[in-house]
Amino acid sequence: MSRSKLLILQFLVAAVAVLLWHVFTTIPIAGVKLLPPFFFSTPSDVALRIVKWFAEGTIWRHLWITFIESVLAFAIGSLAGIMVGFWFARQPLVAAIFDPYVKMINALPRVVLAPIFALWLGLGIWSKVALGVTLVFFIVFFNVYQGVKEVSPTVLANARMLGMNKGQLMRHVYWPSALSWMFSSLHTSVGFAVVGAVVGEYLGSAAGLGYVIQQAEGVFDVAGVFAGMVVLTVFVLSIDWLVTLAERRLLVWRPVAAETRT
Amino acid sequence: MRSTSLAVANGEFVAIVGPTGCGKSTLLNIAAGLIAPSAGHVDIFGTRLAGLNRQAGYLFQAEALFPWKSVLDNVAIGLETAGVERSEARARAHDWLTRVGLRDFSPRYPHMLSGGQRKRVGLVQVLIRDPKILLMDEPFGPLDAQTRQIMGNLLLDLWSADRKAVLFVTHDLEEAIALSDRVVIMSAGPAAHVIDEWKVRLPRPRDIAEIKTERAFQELHRDIWRVLKAEVLKGYAQTGGG
Repeated sequence: MSRSKLLILQFLVAAVAVLLWHVFTTIPIAGVKLLPPFFFSTPSDVALRIVKWFAEGTIWRHLWITFIESVLAFAIGSLAGIMVGFWFARQPLVAAIFDPYVKMINALPRVVLAPIFALWLGLGIWSKVALGVTLVFFIVFFNVYQGVKEVSPTVLANARMLGMNKGQLMRHVYWPSALSWMFSSLHTSVGFAVVGAVVGEYLGSAAGLGYVIQQAEGVFDVAGVFAGMVVLTVFVLSIDWLVTLAERRLLVWRPVAAETRT
Repeated sequence: MRSTSLAVANGEFVAIVGPTGCGKSTLLNIAAGLIAPSAGHVDIFGTRLAGLNRQAGYLFQAEALFPWKSVLDNVAIGLETAGVERSEARARAHDWLTRVGLRDFSPRYPHMLSGGQRKRVGLVQVLIRDPKILLMDEPFGPLDAQTRQIMGNLLLDLWSADRKAVLFVTHDLEEAIALSDRVVIMSAGPAAHVIDEWKVRLPRPRDIAEIKTERAFQELHRDIWRVLKAEVLKGYAQTGGG
């Protein structure tokens, strides 16, 4: 199928969905609206709300806060994940000792940590960053750990025969291998950074997209909830697109995207 | 592996042939210092080997290029680790790649190359360091027959320019005779050992494809094969293969 045809069909799906939504919420069938606008709002109301937010400029502050929280969560989580991943992979004993605890913390649904972080770090951005970090850390950690462990023994032997010392092995072999694994999970980890930020905001904050949605819900403003979701979706998609661009630049040497652990 | 003794003279091209699983690769890895022998020792130019063999270059059977480095950087890295300036290393890598006909491929990454091209990169990656000893572990094993011949001739060409001691492991007897000065036959494992060796007195320079049609080549091949065949059959009996 040609690309333009595919695009048209993809667009049609959205158009039909919105049209059905519109019909069922505004036109009564046999005297009743199948989807009461009080619970489902209408596409036009949602669109108007989004336009209003951007026209008044109130939404920018919330977008910015969520963005900053996501970026910080991603940066701190990745850095910690890289360092601990390297450390564990190079020190099998340490990895063995901490193994059950790593599994334990990773098995814990991170949402339950949100109130504790709010208690410890207040209702500002840092409690949200902390929540995002706990999500991002494990993805990056597992991938870096795997990347260092899975260096081909032949490549390693070759590197040694080519005269690499410990530092050079780190720089020319372990580091690129670990990075390639980390980058292959970039979409997942960036996504989780945003999830951490939004969930944190939702559970207690004074700004951010999660806060906007939570506020709208509190007053049964369904149009506001849907509008918030649409803005959030577009926000995540644009970040994802940026990640794709970065990935293309950084992983030119790779034949196909490798499998990742999430 | 059982007690085995093997001496390679400076500038000599020795081929080791034996059935699968007889420990040929182990022998090379010991010579390279990648693994320590459980008993015995390796002497390099009269010096006892401890740790990695710094005078040896090793061409592996499996893919050993750094997939995240361009072809040029793959070749240059061996000089950089030896303390050569990066720009100088890259210039020399470029020269070497030109010698093996890969000049235009230097900015590419290994996965964009064919198997034969990757082997050529691997070869210059090793040769650029100018090792005194060249260890080769079935380097052309995964290649098709034509590419193997081309690679063999290229190897002989590069080797004749400045003769290094070569230990070339293969399971292909024809390749062994065509390339080497001496063919060493190893027995089937376990407890593998060197059973016999033959001098190859064919004139150089040789062309791998043409030399196989010569009478002296065929006679030598017949003699060696008589011994090798028994070992190969023994090897099959042990592994249940065929």
